[in-house]
Amino acid sequence: MSAPALDPVRTPSDQVSARPSKRSGTSARTTPARFDTALGWHDRPGVSWALRILLCAIALGIFAAPFLTILSGALSTHPSGSSLSFLPHDSTLLNFRVAGERGIWDYFTNSLVIAGGGLLLQLTVCVLAAYALARHKFRGQAIIMTLFMLTMMLPEEVIAIPLSLVLGHVPVVGVDLKGTVWGVILPLGAWGFSVMLLTEFMKDIPDEIEEAARLDGVGELRMLWQVILPLCKPALGVAGVLGFIMIWDQYLLPLIAAKDPTDYTVTVALSILRTDPEVGSGVVLAGAVIALVPSLVVYLLLQRSLVTGIAAGATKG
Amino acid sequence: MTATVTTPRTRRVRVPGKRAVLPWLFLAPGLLLALVFKFVPMGKGVWLSFFEVRPFLGDQWVGLDNYTRVLTDHRFQDAVGHTLLLGIGQSLGAIVVGFVLALLLEGQARSLKVIRAAVFLPVVTATAVVGELWRLMYYPTSDGLVNSALGFLGLGPTPFLDNPDTALWATMVMGIWMVAPYNMVIILAGLAGVDRTLYEASAMDGVSLRQRLRYVTLPAIRPAIGIVLTLAAIRGLRVFTEVYVLTGGGPAGSTEVWMTRAYTLGFTRNDIGGASAASVVLLAVTLLLTVTVNYFRKRGDVR
Repeated sequence: MSAPALDPVRTPSDQVSARPSKRSGTSARTTPARFDTALGWHDRPGVSWALRILLCAIALGIFAAPFLTILSGALSTHPSGSSLSFLPHDSTLLNFRVAGERGIWDYFTNSLVIAGGGLLLQLTVCVLAAYALARHKFRGQAIIMTLFMLTMMLPEEVIAIPLSLVLGHVPVVGVDLKGTVWGVILPLGAWGFSVMLLTEFMKDIPDEIEEAARLDGVGELRMLWQVILPLCKPALGVAGVLGFIMIWDQYLLPLIAAKDPTDYTVTVALSILRTDPEVGSGVVLAGAVIALVPSLVVYLLLQRSLVTGIAAGATKG
Repeated sequence: MTATVTTPRTRRVRVPGKRAVLPWLFLAPGLLLALVFKFVPMGKGVWLSFFEVRPFLGDQWVGLDNYTRVLTDHRFQDAVGHTLLLGIGQSLGAIVVGFVLALLLEGQARSLKVIRAAVFLPVVTATAVVGELWRLMYYPTSDGLVNSALGFLGLGPTPFLDNPDTALWATMVMGIWMVAPYNMVIILAGLAGVDRTLYEASAMDGVSLRQRLRYVTLPAIRPAIGIVLTLAAIRGLRVFTEVYVLTGGGPAGSTEVWMTRAYTLGFTRNDIGGASAASVVLLAVTLLLTVTVNYFRKRGDVR
């Protein structure tokens, strides 16, 4: 591991820089900055400081720089694209034009419709279910909760083959959903993670708020829409951003729900561009950029929700 | 529906009648979707695994034949090894790398926040995009990105994805790259919970950095790490998209995992019965493992 040989603990006399430790919770006492981190990094120039900058640069190079290569590759005229670099050779939008001719914007539209519709359905369905589970008492509550948790154990991969049969002929109603956006949207509706997250959050809303509203004669739907939901905004943000990323990441589901390649989402369509002998990797990268942008936008807008959601999911799990 | 609740009954009560129906109305959409698109396919999968599925001719009951066929098939047996290696290696690697990243990037400074946000990018990127990216980064000639980095260190170009000996490891590295920043966030949340005065106290006592990590930092994040690691390893057993987009199971079946094999069987060779049996085996194993882990975890919580 990169545990550097910075052993600051032997020289406790040089703690001159003291600033309030923001995270020590209740106590307002001040501690030197280097007790803020597990490794005891110094935050003023020195060996430890320089080492940290170097390691940060390496981390950025490994985890973030490849995204620059996507962009520069997509903007390069270099036909084979075998040599990726961080800066484009001659910037051009040609790759995007070629990708457009191969129908990338149609795939992109498919993706947007599926992501928008899927997220709307998923949030609605999960909010309704969570409201019942958190704010009502009824027989069989534990079983229903377990059922929703079980849906997380049944990802598309495990049930792909029978699911594709079900999509071709939905039981009882007998509709063929294949080749429609509904074939992707509907299976994403009931997401156990979202139900659990929202249920946990709604349970913490004090009963008094609900009782007061009931005394005012507020009905069930208004209770949910005007009393409970506004209090759930943080949880909705988390469920929204994680739901979007989950839907945008879907690969197998759009693949099996498609009747022919024009039904593909943009992520699945990347493989079409790749296997097309007439276009080079620059065009594939242009497609990758197009597929990347929505996740980036959502991430940058809702970054805080995402991070709190992941941290909360880990401890509550 | 809304009219029924205007009675001044303030507590949520279990009274038979209209009130008792209400929660079920709210649950109906979710339960219906879960039933049709999760549980019916699951049941259908179990059912089909006992049949030889013949379109237009009618399915024929074959008992456990599909299971014995799948479990004795040497390509599936190879896939078990690959799946386990990939699942365990990827989860362990992602925890270690995530821990290192967390230690490196812990702190409140604005620059650190920006770096953390940038490092987190692989997590929000769709797997298919990551796959295309790494395919190009693994470009086999010396001007491929990874190969030129290796060339910088004096190592010769490696045909990562074209060589059966390296393809699985290359897939694992991509998987670690995708998941490590996610683990970093979880571990950072654990690190934030460490009492800062303990660091100061350990400094006063003159303990070494390694001891400090071992006795102060690790205990604080162990609960989070333990559960993340086990669940990730179980989830790793059903890995599909990473392998499918990066190598498609090749070269020469060297990265074939359980689910890519089942997919090939079901969708390209049209052996629905065999593919269903393979999926049921996987489902049973993951369910069993998850229930076991959760059981021990609950017991651990009580104690």
